[in-house]
This record gives sequence, structure tokens and C-alpha cells, in this order.
Amino acid sequence: MTPAIVVSGLVKSFGRIRALDGLDLEVATGEVHGFLGPNGSGKTTTLRILLGLLRADAGTVRLLDGDPWRDAVTLHRRLAYVPGEVALWPNLTGGEVIDLLGRLRGGLHPRRRTELLDRFDLDPTQRCRSYSRGNRQKVALVAALASEVDLLLLDEPTAGLDPLMEEEFRRCIGQHRRAGRTVVLSSHILSEVEALCDRVSIISAGRTVESGTLAGLRHLTRTEVVAELAGDAPDLSVLPGVHGVEVTGHHIRCDVDAGALDGLVRALADAGITSLVSRPPTLEELFLRHYARPAPPAAVP
Amino acid sequence: MTGTRTLLALALRRDRVLLPAWIIVFVVVAASSAASVVALYPTGASVAATALAVNGTPSLLALYGPIYDPTSVGALAIWKPAGSGAALLAVLTGFTVIRHTRTEEEVGRLELLGSTGLGRGVPLAVAGLVGVGTALVVGVLSAVALAASGLPVAGSLAFGAAWAGCGVVFAGVGAVAAQLTRSARTARGLTVAALLVAFLLRAAGDASGPAWLTWLSPLGWAQLVRAYAGERWWLLSLPLASALVLGVLADRLDASRDLGTGILVERPGPATGPDLRSPLALAWRLQRGPFAAWTAGFVLVAALLGSLTPTVAGLLDNPALQDVIRQLGGRQALTDAVVATDLGVLGLLAAGFAVASVLRLHGEEEAGRAEAVLSGPVGRIRWAGGHVLVAAAGSALLMAVAGAAVGVADGARSGRPWAGVPRFVGAALVQVPAVWVLAAVALALVGFAPRAAPAVWVLLAGAVLVAELGPLLRLRQWVLDLSPFTHVPHLPGGAFSVVPLVWLTAVAAGLTVAGLAALRRRDLA
Repeated sequence: MTPAIVVSGLVKSFGRIRALDGLDLEVATGEVHGFLGPNGSGKTTTLRILLGLLRADAGTVRLLDGDPWRDAVTLHRRLAYVPGEVALWPNLTGGEVIDLLGRLRGGLHPRRRTELLDRFDLDPTQRCRSYSRGNRQKVALVAALASEVDLLLLDEPTAGLDPLMEEEFRRCIGQHRRAGRTVVLSSHILSEVEALCDRVSIISAGRTVESGTLAGLRHLTRTEVVAELAGDAPDLSVLPGVHGVEVTGHHIRCDVDAGALDGLVRALADAGITSLVSRPPTLEELFLRHYARPAPPAAVP
Repeated sequence: MTGTRTLLALALRRDRVLLPAWIIVFVVVAASSAASVVALYPTGASVAATALAVNGTPSLLALYGPIYDPTSVGALAIWKPAGSGAALLAVLTGFTVIRHTRTEEEVGRLELLGSTGLGRGVPLAVAGLVGVGTALVVGVLSAVALAASGLPVAGSLAFGAAWAGCGVVFAGVGAVAAQLTRSARTARGLTVAALLVAFLLRAAGDASGPAWLTWLSPLGWAQLVRAYAGERWWLLSLPLASALVLGVLADRLDASRDLGTGILVERPGPATGPDLRSPLALAWRLQRGPFAAWTAGFVLVAALLGSLTPTVAGLLDNPALQDVIRQLGGRQALTDAVVATDLGVLGLLAAGFAVASVLRLHGEEEAGRAEAVLSGPVGRIRWAGGHVLVAAAGSALLMAVAGAAVGVADGARSGRPWAGVPRFVGAALVQVPAVWVLAAVALALVGFAPRAAPAVWVLLAGAVLVAELGPLLRLRQWVLDLSPFTHVPHLPGGAFSVVPLVWLTAVAAGLTVAGLAALRRRDLA
């Protein structure tokens, strides 16, 4: 099966600002792909190029086996997009907008529309100007999730949702994944990406800096190991791949490279383990590592 | 009233280009109109002939009001600019106040400002200051310019004060309208509706009586001050008092409501949108309200003008009148000439609708709502086409309705209301290609230079100036030719030629195609 999205060497400049600087992205069909990056790194620009709203300056872009600029109309029948900042017609009601967007995409699932309105607790008779940011987002989400499409492009879709609604959103994405649909989720909410995504691409300053499965990315970082030992602590600093050892009595803490875990555990077992906690790196740590530019220090998103 | 000074500085900073530009336009128009009349009518006798002719023509009285002193050059000089300028100034001040109140509130900036140490009611007061200040500056500068062109000082001051008075009243109207609705667009619509009522009252009062109707209208007050014709200074208390009342009312309303809400409560709407099937349906849904309001306005104005035509027939033997009418653009029978002039004015107004309608594209794109439609399987041409079609068909329909209303009102006087309708509708539709050219210019700007798109309003204002004051200002022919409306045959009554209509339509079509092609190629905002 051809990948849903293949982007390579994508370049886009706005005047003198180079928003995308050779970005690569590959999203396989049927996967939930996390698209991570700090503010201003080019996530939205990439999505808008994928939608044919902007034209790429250089590089190749294939979306659902088509050219997003040239074949925009036919491709858009097969995808639904939820923008990061949802702008709606102030004098139309939420229900009208959902129907409009759904019908433009080629039809809504009426039962799913009702069900989603219910699940997201959204009143469709309100005018859009009276909706809060989260409710505007729900309108766009309901319209997207109730459409019969192959690909969902979601730009920070939960930024305005409360935790209950976020949970509901995760369940919806789970259903879409099981139905074999492809989802691209741009976000900087790491727990969301961790919970939902099969693979992630991390971008920074318009370039892809890391791409792969979460498991694959974790290989790149160290696992933290905290242990309570029965006997005296062995000299761990001689072991390859073990870093930052701290010993306080029988209590020991260290970081270990993924490949060196086996040796460390053996050494600890020889000393007699009473308690052992090993914590894999969170995406937070991956994130910090990639965004920590030498100077000036990047703000933590 | 903490923060007034800071907020006023912010407002002036934001308007530092727009307001001075408009103020200069008003002053230049007043001064050049005065200068050309002073040069054109050196003797009192020629002024008197023109004044008598104008005062005997109800349709001219309706459009521009009477000339109060047939011996005063000044009274003639300000005859046309007085009424139309006061109306334009009313739009400027009213919209300025709305822009600094309801628009800010609607987009949420006022929430941010309100969370700072800003006194309650300060944003409204600052907006009012900007609106009133604009009116006063226009008044003072115009008075200076008129006096400098050789007209009496007292009359010049009265004229400036009359203009300023109208501007101040509508700053108050704008302030009240901004309290009533949640949407700035509706508030602007209410202001224009109030202006239309003021115009109809004045027009009816001046042209067909009873005369006291004029006294109910702020536009009437601007005339009743009688600049250069025995100034009635006390009359300025009317606009002052009503502006004060409106200001206090707006402040009370402002204090009584919550941020982001309007006094008029919105009802919940439909939970489904079965009729929203296409971009065209969406464009129509967004524009049908404004279109209905425009249609109602056109019917009222056209019917009023139409009902005033037959009485012109009795003045056929007045050579001075014929001269004036000829100067206004007509050639044959006076009734036809007057109707042709009326239809020319309505054509310019219809261009206003068409331009606003095309600029919806710009607004939708800027607000990010175009993205929502275009991320669906909708090509850009189809998206833009919806609004373009509403603009093109809507403006043609407005002109047809206007022609029919003129015809019915005209025919009703002779007991045969429908007899002249086809002829007048045909004459009205002649304006449509020129309307389309302006709409197409707007579309071309949206395609090629989206940020400059609102500049099309300047072009429309230029077309209005050329049509209203061009002959009077003795502008050179090539300047007059820049306006598409110059090329429209003067119908009914004038010589009909299809050639200009064909090439105007061709220009409009060419610009439309070019604009759409550019829109398809460029990045979206």
C-alpha cells in the first residue's frame, strides 16, 4: 500500500522568512501519526501545503497518491481538516456549519453526527459568534469526525478542549484507527501524542529532526533506573552505557542506554535487589532534547 | 475615566492614515467645488437663473435640497456638496465609532483591554471622541478652505458647522447602534438605515412636502442652517442636543449590558442546515440579509424619485432649467433626463453593494473561514464564484428593481403604473456593466493584491466624485473617462449605443477572469 503522505525536501518561504527548510514526512496508510514541534516550527505551514492552500517553493509532496496543489478538489473529498484556530461564520449556527462542511465533503453520517454532538455535549442551535474557542473547535471536530473520509488532518485539535472532551476525542481517534483510517495529529501536547500515535515526526525550525515509532525513538534515550539493594552497591561506573550514578547507602539511581540495560540489571541482581523501578523516557524528554538548541536556549513549549 | 488618554492615543495611532485621508478628501471636494462655482458664475443673474431652476425641480430638490438664496454664489457653490457631503461624513463618523467599539468587542480585543486598568465606559467615550473629533476637524478645515476660496467667512463657518453637526449626530447613531447588536456588520447596517430614513425625510420634505419632514432629519438640519443665505446659527443646537442625547443613551446601554452581548437578544437558530449545499448556497446565506436591506432601500429611494418626475414636465419651457439638466448629463426630454440622473446615482449605490459583496471573499480569507470551505472538495473558482455571482446578479437585480420602482411611481401619477416599467427597467439595467467593472476591479485586487483589496472603495469614491461633481469641477475628459459610469448611455431619453455596454462588459469579464486566475495561483492568507 502506498503511504498516505510522502513529503521530501519541502521548502516554503514567506518573504525572507524560511518557514520550511527541507522538511521530510512520511505517513503510512492506516496509522495515527504525531506531528510534533514547538510554536512556529512549520507544522501549520506543512498542513496548509498538504491542503493545497499554499504552494510549495521546492520539494515533492504526495498526498493520497495525488498532488495536493493540482488535485486539491478530488483529494479533499477523501480528507477532513480541523484547523488550529477555528474560524466560523458568526451568524450561522453550529448545526448549520456542521452540515455545510459535511455536505461539501460529500456527506455526513447522520447517526454519527447526532452521536458526536451528544458525546461532545455541543448545542447545535447556538450561533457561532456565541461559541467559546473550545466549542468552535468541537464544531469543526464533529464535522470532520462525522465525515466519511480516509484521512484526518488535525492541527492541535484539543488545544481548547477540557479534559473530559479530550478523553472523548481520544476515544474517537481510537475508533478511526480501528476503522483503518489515517490520522495526522499536529500537537505539542505530548501525553496526547503518546497515548494516540503509532509513529511521530518531530520538526524544529522547518526541518524534520526525528521520525519513527515511539519505541524506536526511545532507543535514542536513556532509561532511568532506581533500585534498593540488599547488599552494598557494586561499582557501576565500570559498566559500559551507564551514566550519572548516584549512590546513597543501599539506594542507587542511574541512567542507562537502551542496549546496556541487560548488563546493569545483572550487576544489580548480583548485589540482591529489594526494589527496582525502571522508567522509560517520556516524550517530554525526547522533546526537550530535540528542542534544546545550543543558544539561545529554546523555550519549553 | 482612567486610561482615556492611552486609549485615545491608541485609536489615533491606528487611524493615522485612514482618518487624515478622508478628512483631506472632504476638504478638497468642498474647496474645489466652491472655487469652480465662483469662477463659473461671476454674476448674480446667472446664479439666480440656476437657483430658480433647481428650486423648481422636485427631483433635484429630493436629491440635493433647495438653494435658499438665489442671489448667493456661496449657496450655489455648496448646493451639491452640502447634502451628499453631510451624508458621507455621517457614514464616516458612524462607522468610525463602530470600528472602535463593536468591532473591537466582536474580535475580542476589547476583552483584553478591559482586563487592564481601564475605566468602564472609556472605550465608548474614546470612540465617541474620535468620531466627534473627525467631524469637527472636517468642519473647521472645510470652513477655512471655503473662506480661502473667496466666499463670505460667516457662511463658510456655518457650512463647516452644518457638516460637522451632521457628523456628530451620526457618531452618536453609530454609538447607539454598536450597543444594540453583537455584530459590527449589523451595527453598520443600522447606521446606514438611519441615514436612509434621514435622507427620505429630507427629500420628501424638500421636494413634495410637508416641509416639516425636513426638520426631522439631521441631513435637513445641515441645510436649514442656510449657509451663505442668512445663517441661522441657533439651528446648530439641534444636532448638538440630539448628539448629546444619543451619547448619553449609548453610555446607559453600554453600562447596562455584558461584554460581548448586544441589547437585542439573539434567538437560537436551526440545528441543521439542509439548504447549505454548495459554496453558492453559503454565499447567498451570508449575503441574503444585506441584500434584502439593500433592495428595500433601493425600492424606497427609487419610488420617491419616481414619484417626483412628472411635475418636471411642466417646466419644459424654462431654458435655465434645461441648461442645468443638460449639465447634469441628460439630453432629451426633461423627465427622462431627471430619471437618467437618478438612475446614475442609483448605479453608483449598486456598485457599492457589488463591491462590498465581492470583498466578502477578502473578509472570508482574512478571517480564516475560506480555509474551512477550501479544505473540502471545493475549488477556489467555485468558492469565489459563489460570492461573485451574488455580486453580479444581486447588483443587476437591484438596478432592475430600482427601474421598476421608478416606473411604477412615475406611472402611478398618470394612472397607468405599469406602462413605463419595461422602459425604465431597461434604462436602469444600462448601468449594470459599469457596476460590474467596479466589482471586477475588486475581484482582480483580491486575486492579485489581496492586502490592497479594500482600496477599491477609494476607486468607487472617485467614480462618485467624477459623476457628481465632474462637470461642475470642469475635470478634463480623460479624467472623466476613467470612471466606467462616464461611458454609460444616458437612458431613458439619451442616445442608446450598445458599443460601450459591450466593451464595459468585456472589461469586467476580462478582469474577472484575470482575478480568478490569480486567485487560483496564489497562496491563501
